[in-house]
Amino acid sequence: MSGYRLTSGGNVDRQRPVRFAFDGRPCTGLAGDTLASALLAEGIRLVGRSFKYHRPRGVLGIAAEEPNALVSLRGGGRHEPNIQATMAELHDGLEVRSQNAWPSLGFDALAVNGLAGPLFGAGFYYKTFMGPTRRAWMWFEPFIRRAAGLGPPPRQADPDVYDRNNLFCDVLVVGGGPAGLAAARAAAECGARVALCDERAAFGGSLRGAAREIGDVPAQDWIDAQLAFLAGRGAVLLPRTGVFGYYDGETLGAVERVADHLPAPSSGQPRQRYWTIRTAEVVLATGAVERPVLFAGNDRPGVMLADSVRQYAETYGVACGRSVTVLANNDSGHAAARSLAAAGVTVARIFDQRPEVGPAIRAIAVGIGADLRTGWTVVATHGGKGLHAVTAAPADGSGRAERFETDCLAMAGGWTPAIALASQRGSAPVWSDALGAPLAGVPAPGARWRVAGAAAGRLDTAGCLAEGAAAGHAAARAAGFDAAPSAPPACAAEPVGLHPAPVPRHPDGKAFVDFQNDVKCADVALALREGYVSVEHLKRYTTLGMATDQGRTANVNAIALMAAATGRSPGEVGTTRFRAPAAPVALGALAGRHTGAHFQAVRRTPVQDWHVRHGGVLSPVGPWLRPRAYLREGETIRTAYIREAANVRGAVGLCDVSTLGKIAVEGPDAAVFLDRVYSNAMQSLAVGRARYGLMLRDDGMVLDDGTAWRLSETSFLVTTTTTGAGAVMTHLERLHALFWPGLRVALTSVTSQWAGMSLAGPRSREVLAAALPGTEVGNGVLPFMGLLEARMDGAPVLVARLSFSGERAYEVFCGADHGEAVWERLLQAGRPHGIMPYGTEALGTLRIEKGHVAGGELDGRVSPFNLGLEGLLSRKKAFFGSALLERPGLHAADRYELVGLVSTAGVPLRAGSHLAEGPRTRPGPSQGFVSSTTFSPATGQEIALALVKGGRARIGQDMFAADPVHGAHHPVRLAPPCFVDPEGARMRG
Amino acid sequence: MGRYSIFAVAAGALGGNRGWRPAWRKAVPKPSYEVVIVGGGGHGLATAHYLAREHGITDVAVVEKGWIGSGNVGRNTTIVRSNYMLDRTVPFYEASLKLWEGLSHDLNFNVMFSSRGVINLAHTPAQMDIFTRRANSMMLNGIAAEMLDVAGLRRRVPLLDVSPAARFPVVGAIHQARGGTARHDAVAWGYARAADSRGVDIIENCEVTGFLREGDRITGVRTTRGDIRARKTAVAVAGSTSQVMALAGIDDLPIESHVLQAFVSEGMKPALDVVVTFGAGHLYISQSDKGGLVFGGDIDGYNSYAQRGNLPIVEDVASAALAMFPAFSRVRLLRTWGGLMDMTMDGQPIITTGPLPGLYLNCGWCYEGFKATPASGFTFAWTIAKDEPHPLNAPFRLDRFRQGRVLDEKGRGPYPGHH
Amino acid sequence: MRIPCPTCGPRDLREFTYIGDALRSAPALEADADTWAAYVYTRRNPRGEHLEYWQHSHGCRQFLRVRRDTATHVIHAAACVGPHATEDEA
Repeated sequence: MSGYRLTSGGNVDRQRPVRFAFDGRPCTGLAGDTLASALLAEGIRLVGRSFKYHRPRGVLGIAAEEPNALVSLRGGGRHEPNIQATMAELHDGLEVRSQNAWPSLGFDALAVNGLAGPLFGAGFYYKTFMGPTRRAWMWFEPFIRRAAGLGPPPRQADPDVYDRNNLFCDVLVVGGGPAGLAAARAAAECGARVALCDERAAFGGSLRGAAREIGDVPAQDWIDAQLAFLAGRGAVLLPRTGVFGYYDGETLGAVERVADHLPAPSSGQPRQRYWTIRTAEVVLATGAVERPVLFAGNDRPGVMLADSVRQYAETYGVACGRSVTVLANNDSGHAAARSLAAAGVTVARIFDQRPEVGPAIRAIAVGIGADLRTGWTVVATHGGKGLHAVTAAPADGSGRAERFETDCLAMAGGWTPAIALASQRGSAPVWSDALGAPLAGVPAPGARWRVAGAAAGRLDTAGCLAEGAAAGHAAARAAGFDAAPSAPPACAAEPVGLHPAPVPRHPDGKAFVDFQNDVKCADVALALREGYVSVEHLKRYTTLGMATDQGRTANVNAIALMAAATGRSPGEVGTTRFRAPAAPVALGALAGRHTGAHFQAVRRTPVQDWHVRHGGVLSPVGPWLRPRAYLREGETIRTAYIREAANVRGAVGLCDVSTLGKIAVEGPDAAVFLDRVYSNAMQSLAVGRARYGLMLRDDGMVLDDGTAWRLSETSFLVTTTTTGAGAVMTHLERLHALFWPGLRVALTSVTSQWAGMSLAGPRSREVLAAALPGTEVGNGVLPFMGLLEARMDGAPVLVARLSFSGERAYEVFCGADHGEAVWERLLQAGRPHGIMPYGTEALGTLRIEKGHVAGGELDGRVSPFNLGLEGLLSRKKAFFGSALLERPGLHAADRYELVGLVSTAGVPLRAGSHLAEGPRTRPGPSQGFVSSTTFSPATGQEIALALVKGGRARIGQDMFAADPVHGAHHPVRLAPPCFVDPEGARMRG
Repeated sequence: MGRYSIFAVAAGALGGNRGWRPAWRKAVPKPSYEVVIVGGGGHGLATAHYLAREHGITDVAVVEKGWIGSGNVGRNTTIVRSNYMLDRTVPFYEASLKLWEGLSHDLNFNVMFSSRGVINLAHTPAQMDIFTRRANSMMLNGIAAEMLDVAGLRRRVPLLDVSPAARFPVVGAIHQARGGTARHDAVAWGYARAADSRGVDIIENCEVTGFLREGDRITGVRTTRGDIRARKTAVAVAGSTSQVMALAGIDDLPIESHVLQAFVSEGMKPALDVVVTFGAGHLYISQSDKGGLVFGGDIDGYNSYAQRGNLPIVEDVASAALAMFPAFSRVRLLRTWGGLMDMTMDGQPIITTGPLPGLYLNCGWCYEGFKATPASGFTFAWTIAKDEPHPLNAPFRLDRFRQGRVLDEKGRGPYPGHH
Repeated sequence: MRIPCPTCGPRDLREFTYIGDALRSAPALEADADTWAAYVYTRRNPRGEHLEYWQHSHGCRQFLRVRRDTATHVIHAAACVGPHATEDEA
């Protein structure tokens, strides 16, 4: 180990070394370290290169505010770019790589960008890269893209899994520092169900390892005691859990890093867990972030935030330098200096920008033997890839600058409360002059949060404890749990003079405001000069605050700069709106298990396994997978569907139609209800009969088609298309609830309860008879559109004499559990008759030959007139959608009308082709489109259905099916849409 | 410094960047104008630009409640394309794309229009049929399109999951090579600067509180900065259309305001150099020049003016993104935001004279607003200048619903939340 | 967002489907085309308090009339409508 690890102190285990590699260099840290603390302990200060100017950068902060020390972790499928070294916990074998440096971190070629800095000022790219030609940007863009973007992207699938969990509680406390722990305890004492989250690896916040007493015990003991108490009360304690979003109805999103501190998740363990938290009340104890001070070279490795330097010493036992200089504009820097000295870190001098400080503050410097200079500030830093000296001078410019050797400059630029979550929930921030930062405003209507501790601007521990306890109590009471919690413990007073010195009016241009996005004071000045004076314009023009640290250290300094430059108060400048996520979250966590084959659930028909076993080629149809065809040896989909369809016309086939939507419509008014929702008459439907029906949308366009089966006076079974099932169910429920609540009718989706199969073909009756021995199935009992209840090998079946194919056909429905048995029984019965199963392609062929419309035609833009279904529009009644059917646009001369097409050259047509009047070279405007195509085994032709402008009057004409995107242009003849048995004798016979 | 160029940038740098002037003046309202445009978003600013450039009408004010570009022009996923299907919409979006192609030059402001290509994935044979229909619509309207097969997709988009084991295996795609992305904020600023340079007054922090009228006729606007008279008053306020038009007594319009969330990830080195849309769910994704993945999905689905959405869509979008690109699982979502969407009953906009004399209305942009910005401004300027629609926006009339001439590209019906 | 379903209790947004504007009343089937066109195609689209229908589609499947603020997403009241209507506080 190098000499930066202190001999004692901190929550690290000096007996447990942890080995890791930084850019291939073997390093050692301790159990309990973050990557940042381990790097600092190793004396590694140069961690990465900056985004734009490739400047050397090191660790600035302690946790989620870190803008500089971004690294790539791990490799292969577990590669992660842009990870804050301050948030990465160390584990054995951790591979760490620096980013944005080529050829190496130490010598980075693009650091030359820094020399040309003024060229790359804010928004320079809006002013150039426009010539010499109009496509100039396409030439420049790849260079810009390669230069931008920090870390390399992952390129392999993630081997880890993510869980989603739900958490319900009465009081959610976000942040487990002193205020959060006190709040959680008070709420739990009142009897509320409490959940406590903290984004860091352990609870305690700034108190972790701090050398001070709470009540009469050391701080760490107090933290442990609170956690033990909360655990005893059944509170949910979630360390390593960042709450990223605060949504309506007190719903919050959080991600728990379950296994990121391990080399790999153990078997079955998720890498991360995404929590949806629903709570009655929220306590936001999210702490505050220290601000940097603005001066030239404030981004040099070794320049850090003062309280972070303090925490590295107290929490991790690491000295960030051998001789620390503090630069303060408020009292908190002095407190940090005192703690550092107590931890054994040398603090040589303290510069305070304020002209004068009080005696208590002065006493700190005296006590630790530091040289205190008030009214002084740092104006420059020195050192190539790490600080070795600073130049300081009187802040008012009155005196001579001096140079001081130092290897760590600790900046105490004031505190910015972390109010992102309150702001997300709709609270407008309110500027606090005392803090020089915005505070959360009042909760938006309906919001149930309180803010406590440093997040509310209380930066002394005693105040945090008291406010936290009060907030926890108030939250519990608001959630209905009122009891008197115990008083918070006492602790020693601290310096609380937080009022920071103002940001200098003209800080040096090379002072960085947003470190990660390389935004300098000069960029802010340039943006203002160019009129980007709204805080949102400034953000967008300079990219300030838009990096992965969400501008935690940048935003408030920028507001102060803008205020100073434009003569407004910071409150008038305002803030940009905080938006989720408060800290970046992995997409994998949000997706949970809904990835890969589990992206969406598959609905399975009762016969699905059979299809797979018998060569069915499955393809998605809505949420289902349906067999397109059953391939035999040597077959293609095309040869298979032609065989299957021809077999239906010639003998008999069986098709799984379980996916059709099925809705039970029952009740005394069921017939009245259906009469209103179908365009054709339904009240007159006799019991034991079925009818084809058309449903229209509110606007008169076709919603869906299907059949209604009247099982009794008061009971119907309605079928829908496969993909329309959900929409039709909602449609019917909506009409019942909103239009005719007085109708006595109940609607139940029974899609999954029934298996359905279509037995079609001239031999279908023989097959059905063989499968239902002893049951009469002749035309007398079961005519076209008739219904029959029977038992097939004991299984109750409902048979409907319906035909989509145009052949004699029966839809056989049975309970889903009997589905495969009934399917097998029908196949067995059909074997002597040459039965074959057929898939959706043959189903399509058969219905195209008959001119029946389906998905290709029912595209949501068609009226009954487009489809030639005027015959299904009752003239005797009003029905849903009828009022808007007479609008002129639906009767325009050039409206689409359904026709059939025959490929006169005998070549296959392609759906999606357009109808054209002219030849390939001058096709003319589109006259319509080809909606469905097939080879027709019944006619031996390549045929299609099409929607053609004024199509009915053009039947018999020759046109072209234009498919220019595939380079095809085929002659077609327009025909009536029904190619087989237009009289319907085959299906009725 | 006036004109932007590499030389101006170099000269500016030598001068410490002290010589730059505001990109647009902070104009104060005059008592009257020829044309007042309500709404300093992309469409309002573009309208001002084309009024000045195409019609020589420069006595124009654009009044904006907040800061220009604060609405959807700065809250979208920056996609530009003209791969539409209906003969009445395709020419409009194609005209827009052509304007995009010359926009940086036209405005002397680099809007970074990147014609990197737009790919729409198909997952079923039926979807391929629909894309074929769309591609052929484009081709017959003189717009290049191509169909990609799985092998072609694998070459063009290496990180895309095209495996047959996917829940919705990709079977092919439609590709418009000329489509792409642009830098959204730059569009607002570029139009503002160009309009300003021709004399248009851009008046920020100026909220319209009412309309001036003589009888039925609209004769200007009342604002928080005083009354402004105008011979013609044009409204282009997107999601706030219902509120602004209610001030003119128009209470019922074919519009609902919804929230659409958009998403951006942390920056990374180049991983995706084309826009890709999912076909088994609603998701569109590209990678910005800064390296962040920019993506979006469906609207949340309920009426909202809050400009923020909720978690279900966040989850849906994340899982759809990973269904396409499993390698992005460990990439982190950096920022989300919500746009206020003026959803119409057919998914297409309204650009029209009226509905009162002296008034002109441009609204109802649904998902189409950003890509349409140039053509919207161009045709709206024409409509205002000539008191009749340009042939390109003639189909986008207000009475098309009552007349039964809707422009339902997606076939979702008269349900604004479904478009 | 959580919607207080009168039959199921407060439930998460993802269990519900937005059905639409409840400010308009459903026309009779026999009403004329102008009435229907106004119902189908036009909206008040208020910013602020709104009446709207939601279906508890992944729950009891009841239709709810919800009084909700479109600017803040605050839900003031919800009642079942239709054949199983509950006391309408909306």
